[in-house]
Amino acid sequence: MTVAVPTSLDDAVRLLGEHPDAMLLSGGTDAMVEINDGHRRPDDLVIALNRVTDLRSWRHDPATGLVTIGAGVTYTELMQPPIADLLPALAEASRTVGSPQIRNAGTLGGNLGTCSPAGDGLPVLSALDADVRLVSATGERTISVHDLMVGVKRTSLEPGEIIADIVLQARDGWQGYAKVGVRNAMVIAVASACLAVDSSQQRVAIALGSVGPTIIRCTDAEQQLAAAVDWSTGTVGPEALSEFGGLVSAASTPITDHRSSADYRRHAVGILGARLGRRAFTVQGDSQ
Amino acid sequence: MNNQIFTLRVNGADHDVADSWLGESLLDVLRDRIGMMGSKGACTQGECGSCSVIVDGSLVCSCLVMAATAVDQEIVTIEGVAPVGAPSDVQRAFVDAGAVQCGFCTPGLIMAVHDLLERTPEPSDTEIREELAGNVCRCTGYGRIIDAVQQVSVARTTMAEGAR
Repeated sequence: MTVAVPTSLDDAVRLLGEHPDAMLLSGGTDAMVEINDGHRRPDDLVIALNRVTDLRSWRHDPATGLVTIGAGVTYTELMQPPIADLLPALAEASRTVGSPQIRNAGTLGGNLGTCSPAGDGLPVLSALDADVRLVSATGERTISVHDLMVGVKRTSLEPGEIIADIVLQARDGWQGYAKVGVRNAMVIAVASACLAVDSSQQRVAIALGSVGPTIIRCTDAEQQLAAAVDWSTGTVGPEALSEFGGLVSAASTPITDHRSSADYRRHAVGILGARLGRRAFTVQGDSQ
Repeated sequence: MNNQIFTLRVNGADHDVADSWLGESLLDVLRDRIGMMGSKGACTQGECGSCSVIVDGSLVCSCLVMAATAVDQEIVTIEGVAPVGAPSDVQRAFVDAGAVQCGFCTPGLIMAVHDLLERTPEPSDTEIREELAGNVCRCTGYGRIIDAVQQVSVARTTMAEGAR
């Protein structure tokens, strides 16, 4: 076994091109748990990505509204303004990840590469229709995050490809993330959801985590809520919100495992959806 | 690149690490190869925080850092916080407030509290609880740990005002 610590993306993809079986290591918060437990024992090359400077920064283009986030940007960084103001749901999701120690190490690219259905950043990337730029020694391609996440801890990354950055459109409109776990901190989601409103397009997007093999977008619920909202006042009826919660539950395909039952997850994710709807819009008849 | 032998910079001094399995965590290398036993290992999955160290200015769980990837970085462990016999203000406050019982979580907590007070000099109790969520203590019930953090915060603020 050998360990490489490249400092440029060019060096990293060249190494990966020469060693297609190499293991990529980003923040280590998932991979090192498996290695410490003996569930994973790298015997070829490990390429550490945490010192690749190309991956460690983000930028915002005010002309297009596009925010480009390097795969090595940590949750701690995503919680700080000004990126937290551009992408509030991503900041909110990042704050629910582990502890300060975990958020200092864990990265958005690592979250995507691991592709756990419980990855806290992933419902946000799905709701905001992120694009992901993948780089290899022979070129690069950009694909939709919806096409990258294909199953439980499975992505459509090809051998030799590294997640370079994640591109999101900053939007006008409320966005937020909600999560249920067995306690308030240091917890893996039992169910999670990201709701993002696009007020200029009069659309809503909701994506669910931990209630299916990968992140789920709820097209029926999105269309129902967008049609029910009075966009001139930003209000919505209470019945429409409960119907929205029901459609969110119906879109989920949870399993029963050691963390929760399928029934609880299906119920909880609908509650989360309706709660996010209440935060996004004013409910008609609610006294403020 | 074959780094069977690599060098880690810990508390300002270089340490050559030989004969380790390269997948070993920084925690294991600190304790078993370098002989610094201050950082504790309990969960080895980033849940308990007893292995907390500072790497290039960031508080991290050393059990989740592959040691060989931490070359050319500045690592600070509990041994580097203060010389033996001259404890830091946080260490003294932990003793004074009764925040140390069995002591196993203490090194990680001391690292986390130093880091917290660097970023947030006057934290609320809620902020302390949230910021220390990654450090598990099974003895104290956390009340005295929060007291210790507040003592340091007050003392540092008072000292800063006195110096003005």
